[in-house]
Amino acid sequence: MRINNKYGEGLLNVSGASLRKEEIVSKPVVSLDHVVIRFAGDSGDGMQLTGDRFTMDTASLGNDISTLPNFPAEIRAPQGTVPGVSSFQLHFADHHIQTPGDAPDILVAMNPAALKANIKDMARGATIIVDKDEFTERNIVKAGYQVNPLEDNSLESYKVHAVALTSLTVAALAQISMSRKDAERSKNMFALGLLAWMYHRPTEATENFLKAKFGKKPEILAANLLAYQTGWNYGETTEDFAVSYEIAPAHMPAGKYRNISGNTALAYGLVAASQLSKLKLFLGSYPITPATDILHELSKHKKFGVITFQAEDEIAAVGSALGASYGGSLGVTSTSGPGVALKSEMIGLAVMLELPLIIIDVQRGGPSTGLPTKTEQSDLLQVMYGRNGESPAVVLAPSTPTDCFKMALEATRIATQYRVPVFILSDGYIANGSQPWKIPAISELPDLQVKFAQTQEDFLPYLRDPETLARPWAIPGTKGIEHRIGGLEKADRTGAISYDSQNHDYMVRMRAAKVAGIDVPDLEVDDPTGDAQTLLLGWGSTFGPIASAIETLRANGEKVAQAHIRYLNPFPKNLADVLKKYPTVLVPEMNLGQLSNMLRSQYMKDVTGYNKVFGVPFTTLEIIEATMAVLYV
Amino acid sequence: MSDISLTKKDFTSDQEVKWCPGCGDYSILSTVQSFLPELGIPRENIVFISGIGCSSRFPYYLETFGMHSIHGRAPAIASGLAISRPDLAVFVITGDGDALSIGGNHLIHALRRNVELKILLFNNRIYGLTKGQYSPTSETGKITKSTPTGSLDTPFNPISLALGAEASFVARSIDSDRKHLTEILRAASVHKGSALIEIYQNCPIFNDGAFDLLKDGGTKGAALLQLRHGEVIKSDSHGLIREDGSFKLVELTSVAESELIVHDAHNPDPAYAFALSRISGSALDHVPVGIFRDVERPSYGSMVNSQIAEVIANQGVGDLDSLLNSGDTWEVN
Ligand SMILES: Cc1ncc(C[n+]2csc(CCOP(=O)(O)OP(=O)(O)O)c2C)c(N)n1
Ligand code: SF4
Ligand SMILES: [Mg+2]
Repeated sequence: MRINNKYGEGLLNVSGASLRKEEIVSKPVVSLDHVVIRFAGDSGDGMQLTGDRFTMDTASLGNDISTLPNFPAEIRAPQGTVPGVSSFQLHFADHHIQTPGDAPDILVAMNPAALKANIKDMARGATIIVDKDEFTERNIVKAGYQVNPLEDNSLESYKVHAVALTSLTVAALAQISMSRKDAERSKNMFALGLLAWMYHRPTEATENFLKAKFGKKPEILAANLLAYQTGWNYGETTEDFAVSYEIAPAHMPAGKYRNISGNTALAYGLVAASQLSKLKLFLGSYPITPATDILHELSKHKKFGVITFQAEDEIAAVGSALGASYGGSLGVTSTSGPGVALKSEMIGLAVMLELPLIIIDVQRGGPSTGLPTKTEQSDLLQVMYGRNGESPAVVLAPSTPTDCFKMALEATRIATQYRVPVFILSDGYIANGSQPWKIPAISELPDLQVKFAQTQEDFLPYLRDPETLARPWAIPGTKGIEHRIGGLEKADRTGAISYDSQNHDYMVRMRAAKVAGIDVPDLEVDDPTGDAQTLLLGWGSTFGPIASAIETLRANGEKVAQAHIRYLNPFPKNLADVLKKYPTVLVPEMNLGQLSNMLRSQYMKDVTGYNKVFGVPFTTLEIIEATMAVLYV
Repeated sequence: MSDISLTKKDFTSDQEVKWCPGCGDYSILSTVQSFLPELGIPRENIVFISGIGCSSRFPYYLETFGMHSIHGRAPAIASGLAISRPDLAVFVITGDGDALSIGGNHLIHALRRNVELKILLFNNRIYGLTKGQYSPTSETGKITKSTPTGSLDTPFNPISLALGAEASFVARSIDSDRKHLTEILRAASVHKGSALIEIYQNCPIFNDGAFDLLKDGGTKGAALLQLRHGEVIKSDSHGLIREDGSFKLVELTSVAESELIVHDAHNPDPAYAFALSRISGSALDHVPVGIFRDVERPSYGSMVNSQIAEVIANQGVGDLDSLLNSGDTWEVN
């Protein structure tokens, strides 16, 4: 296996000096199979950018990766306080990995608050790099420490590197004419350079990135490049860091890769769906964390004819999408739980009008405003049942960031073929988390072309296709099929207003039958020996931690099966049989048991829930422990 | 366009009209059905979208595309349609409750954006469909089932509200005056962007006679101040003059015709139209009718679509393969 990134091999070229790093690393090199790094700092410290760059440099080396950013809800909480800490965790390995990792092996803490906020997640023996310049009395108190944690032996069980990150950066930048404050801003690049040295990351991609980003501001560019190089040199030359590490490339299927987050994958999936269906993509949206990036991303793609409409509220957002869909566009709205609550009545109208509509719900902690930047899976019952009347909608849930791309295509297929509202239930974890994505060839993608109703005599707007039970998609502009639709109950076939009780009963059952009959793939069960007695059944973003736990459990000789539900309404046809086959079914969810409830009520299966709403993904260890608890009751 | 010769009958659907006898909605329907052939637009390219209320049943009775949506949200749905389908003529039918209570937000935003929508606001100053509660246009002190001791709210003046929302076309007409309403519809249909037409509409069941002053032969001549671009603003008895920087109503006998204000619907300053809108209070003794404001401003859908066209002209049509392969990529062999 060979890896080429598009920048070729790492080449550091700053202020005239050209260093081929592979030749220069002179300290002992230790091989590792995986590493979890967390960058943490003040939300103004540029930790997300630092993490992103390290991720890209790592991905290009061919390691498998999984990342998880964690931001405070406030844009700029008071500097130096624990609530203001932002972090970025990444896990990279020489093998296939499923999660951003439970506990970091190495923490980069840019100030005392970052240390305080993250130390509880660190296992003993882990490495901590801190900016010791930031450990002033004032900052220590601000972070809520009584005494300087670098001096009270409280970090005894960790390998602590107290580096004068700020002053080293400022000193290195003395040759560039800029204020001390501006110079200090480059300290994240010092940290990145140091980590690049420690883990043998190529440097050229980051250098090119900086050149593209700061090309118009030569001083800032020079400062960032120099800080980056100084950080790298610091690792190489000082006694403080005795060894560096290497992590071999992972064995991944051949192909072209890029790193992608769930939100970007959804946006790309929708652009692809629009191209494949030849439908204009219309996104009506109102900004809300953690869904806003979808609006941002799609707003960039006007050359694909994409229309993004930032509406006055969520009701108008979904309303405009439904209006566009009525006109023959691919109508999509993106939001989070509070927005879904506002959209409910309009989604009910879409159910009645039997028009395609895609609603993306990137879930966050609830109820109400809840935990805007934290992840949760607590909108399942809302999207299933949160509308007046018998109002069935399709519910899909991508399991990983890259699965978001596929699910956008699936949502389009189902919405346009069956003329129903389709929810895509993502969450903050997969929305912001990222992983390498094997870029599909266009020829591998499905044909999503649709048929609109054509000019005809005696058009019947509610005459159903016998196979799909869908009514025609009859768009304005088509001569001879002018007709009226609305939220009042429709007469079968004609679509005229009908208060007839038999017709209502029929239509309610018809709409339910249409959704129940949607063609969805069978649930795949991973049960290598075929005789496991326990099934781990998840949905959505819990896939990673569950799969990772299963690997460990099996390595330890436990027999456990795994299945992951990506189609929550309708459920896969074989789900009943799968549930019957396993005496014990453990359902981990980041809610109080919403899927468990659905399984119990629909299949009379007494599943065991493992439920936690901590605002963060399950750790692998948590799932292992929960599984052991049901294995050895 | 002109080769289409449609008649009122062609725009009449087979649905039985179900408003109460004597409801003002009948005459508005009839006027609109008679007017539509004049547009010269094929039926399939016309869409009526309504909210909920008696008035919002309107689309069922027209042989065009139509959607009876949900309460207050018609401007939002219609915006999505009009922006994505610039080839269509999109009308919104709404009531005073629908447009100004539950849907107030969507109305003002559609107007400020100047989306290509012709909005017909049927103002009967009452909630008809829910059987007679006071509405946001009901006069203060209105006795209804929900306000047995009189309503306390200050009403909206829909014209003032629309002007405050940056509307580019704002007009008022009356259900029973077909000729006048047709004139307004004609002007609205050639206006690019949003047009808001407030139509005073009688609800004989829950608010009968609300506009009698403007309809009775004995009173209407004096009450109706006609707004016609380029003509003086006056009723049979009164006229409008400028005094101390504001407008003043005076008896025609007390001033020379030359002192009366000549209406300028294209005045770029919205304060002018706003001042006109404030002449009538809820008492309706002097009410301007006609076009308050008709100014040109880029319409929203056309701007959305030209931004897209511009990007495509500069960068070419998007290529999916390049999009998926964009950013930092690497090859695994
Ligand atoms: C969400 C919602 N809330 C309340 C109603 C009940 N409702 C229907 S029409 C209406 C008021 C209608 O008044 P208006 O818009 O003035 O229309 P009119 O009947 O007077 O023509 C109300 C409150 C509803 N249909 N939907
Ligand atoms: S209640 Fe009033 S507005 Fe409604 S149909 Fe009857 S008369 Fe017309
Ligand atoms: Mg009303």
